Amino acid sequence: MSALPPYASTGQRAWFYSYRVICGLIFFFLIAPILVIIPLSFNAQDFFTFTPEMLRLDPEGYSLKHYQDFLTNSDWQLALSNSLKIAPIATLISVSLGTLAAIGLSQSHVPGRRAIMAIMISPMIVPLIISATGMYFFYSNPYIPTPFGKVYLPFTLTGTYAGVVLAHAALGIPFVIITVTATLVGFDKSLTRASAMMGANPVTTFFRVQMPLILPGVISGGLFAFITSFDEVVVVLFVGSAQQKTLPWQMFTGLREQISPTILAVATILVFISICLLTTLEILRRRSERLRGMSPG
Amino acid sequence: MTDQTSGADLLTTADGKSLKSSLNRALRRQKIRALMLIAPLLLFILISFIAPIFDMLLRSVENQIVPDTIPRTIEALEEWDADTGEAPSEEVFAAFYTDLAIAEEYKTHTRLGSRLNYEKTGISSMFRSTGRRVGRFDTDAYTDGFTDADAAFADPAQWAAWMADDAVRASLPLTTDAYDAWALLTVEENNDIPAEEDPADFVYTALYRDLMNGNTAAAMPAVDVSAWEPVVISEQFIDANDGWADPEVWATIKTYGGTYTSGYFLNSVDLQLTPDGVETRPEDERIYITLFIRTIVLSILITGSCILLGYPIAYLLANLPLRSANVLMILVLLPFWTSLLVRTSAWKVLLQNQGVINDILVWIGIVADDNRLELINNATGTIIAMTHILLPFMILPLYSVMKTINPSYVRAAKSMGATDWTAFWRVYFPNSIPGIGAGSILVFILAIGYYITPELVGGTKGVFISNRIAYHISSSLNWGLAAALGSILLVLVLALYWLYDRLVGIDNVKLGG
Repeated sequence: MSALPPYASTGQRAWFYSYRVICGLIFFFLIAPILVIIPLSFNAQDFFTFTPEMLRLDPEGYSLKHYQDFLTNSDWQLALSNSLKIAPIATLISVSLGTLAAIGLSQSHVPGRRAIMAIMISPMIVPLIISATGMYFFYSNPYIPTPFGKVYLPFTLTGTYAGVVLAHAALGIPFVIITVTATLVGFDKSLTRASAMMGANPVTTFFRVQMPLILPGVISGGLFAFITSFDEVVVVLFVGSAQQKTLPWQMFTGLREQISPTILAVATILVFISICLLTTLEILRRRSERLRGMSPG
Repeated sequence: MTDQTSGADLLTTADGKSLKSSLNRALRRQKIRALMLIAPLLLFILISFIAPIFDMLLRSVENQIVPDTIPRTIEALEEWDADTGEAPSEEVFAAFYTDLAIAEEYKTHTRLGSRLNYEKTGISSMFRSTGRRVGRFDTDAYTDGFTDADAAFADPAQWAAWMADDAVRASLPLTTDAYDAWALLTVEENNDIPAEEDPADFVYTALYRDLMNGNTAAAMPAVDVSAWEPVVISEQFIDANDGWADPEVWATIKTYGGTYTSGYFLNSVDLQLTPDGVETRPEDERIYITLFIRTIVLSILITGSCILLGYPIAYLLANLPLRSANVLMILVLLPFWTSLLVRTSAWKVLLQNQGVINDILVWIGIVADDNRLELINNATGTIIAMTHILLPFMILPLYSVMKTINPSYVRAAKSMGATDWTAFWRVYFPNSIPGIGAGSILVFILAIGYYITPELVGGTKGVFISNRIAYHISSSLNWGLAAALGSILLVLVLALYWLYDRLVGIDNVKLGG
């Protein structure tokens, strides 16, 4: 596949090149929709297609007005600040609880490991619409049911930041568990024993020996959790109220009701954020592979 | 050391304990430590995620609202036989009067009306209109009758004293029940003290019924009620809304009187629970089976197009040198990492009637300007956009399986005279089938529960069962039906995951390649 051998027949040559064209078209299908919104977001008109001025590359056809709208419109600013509030807190909860649990799970002799793992991965498995439905019902109860009866709360969680953060933290946990567990597979247990032998207590061992080594896994799990919360819309739509609207919520209602080109400006910004995230993850992955001596070359 | 001790006890640690028990203790400590690390997260997930899922499952069968709102009616209806074709007795109407008068004060009668309206259209308006009238029923004639007969009946403090007397309570069951409900209502809803408020009409009505039944209390002044002009409560109801004369309405209330119901589940598969048993719904109300079938068919189509588009890409990536494969992999990972809403809005923009794709097609001349393609707000839009969104989930598992196929197999096949096609089809392809299986199940599971993309680009013909769930939660407020539909979807997805786990193993889920 990598190169055409010199003895290839005409048929083989024809197939070789047409196969590459087919693959090129599929790559085009994958990437073009994302790229096409970038120039469209600079449209001087309120249209969702290329105007004749844009096609002539006339500077008149381009403007930053949709970006300006994003930065000045109070709806979008509220959405942005909500997104920037909710996602980091949810990430912090998922990462701290998830890392601890992953370390616990990686130890030998954990009773019921498979069942525990299944419960922890479940938020990723269950379709979002079902999670959102369940959370909407449950969080609107003014009580917590326990085996000993209902503990009544003076508030309900629907329509509050706490409710949205709680829901997003739960959705992010499987990603932290999966990435950190994967990193721990390559972790040399004798290092913790060595550290304990030299007099470090478990907390010191954790922060000075184990944490630096599993950090790439923790960070990439955190990034997954962050992007899950940052991109999540179904649960926010159900559990949150207009006060907790996030960027995806605002985009969703915008697309459903009064579609405005500002959405394309926001989309362009989000594409650049995902490029940054992708780069960070790639660097982390290579670093962790190098540390474990399984460099891709 | 004697001969009697077993082998393990022979070995001791420095402090003289047997090695076996020492080891056990160390292991137990290790187990406890591991569980302590896991416990906070487990608790968190159980409360924030698992409990909500169980809440949803419970709500799909729960029917608490009917027995909670009209308990007396449900009890009285047990005697009534729906097959007689006649409306229930005066006894049932009297019980219903008490229930409805209380529910009206709590404002729960409209909710009960909406609940029963799911089962029989029209009940909701009956409850609403009767709720407005129930306070003005002619039963105040009884109230006047009692207060005229003896002034003690108009004294709230006297009532409170009677109702604190066990002898009175035992001899006047209906009155006691009505008074207690009224007293609770007075405290809860109006924040008043029952001993200072005039009892409501329904309490006097209950007293009248008690006396008519021959129950008397010695502590109360004797009143001869048999000479009074009786107020026929069923007539009062039928006067307020003639629907109450319809035995079918009462049959519906009786059928759905239980604490739990299979009604929502039957409803989600286009059946209904009638007094005569389970029946199919009328033709024009059957939508869920169609919707489930459409969801599954569209998901299969999306999975199929993902295989078709994903296989060549995965093959190319797996067979290129690692350096160029890594570069091309970015083209797969970038869409994977881009926000779902960004990709959906891109498709909304591209597929519109006046959008980029139609513009290009018109410009090339394939499509006439007045005959632009309908690419959005139908099933086509859903399939195109969701194939794009889910394609990376097909490519990544396929790629990781293809990387493990030893290239020497294909070379061996070719050296033995196989053509390129035979070598691929008979040797390479069978080896890549696990990847197709893993990718297909993953894509199918994700597709079947999708909400956002079908909602935005699917119009009416391209929406899934999840959109219907959302509709029932936010618009029609039929939560029980939403929960039942969700439970069916959940069971479907979990069954598929079980299959996925058997084939690939959940632990092998790869994130971002």
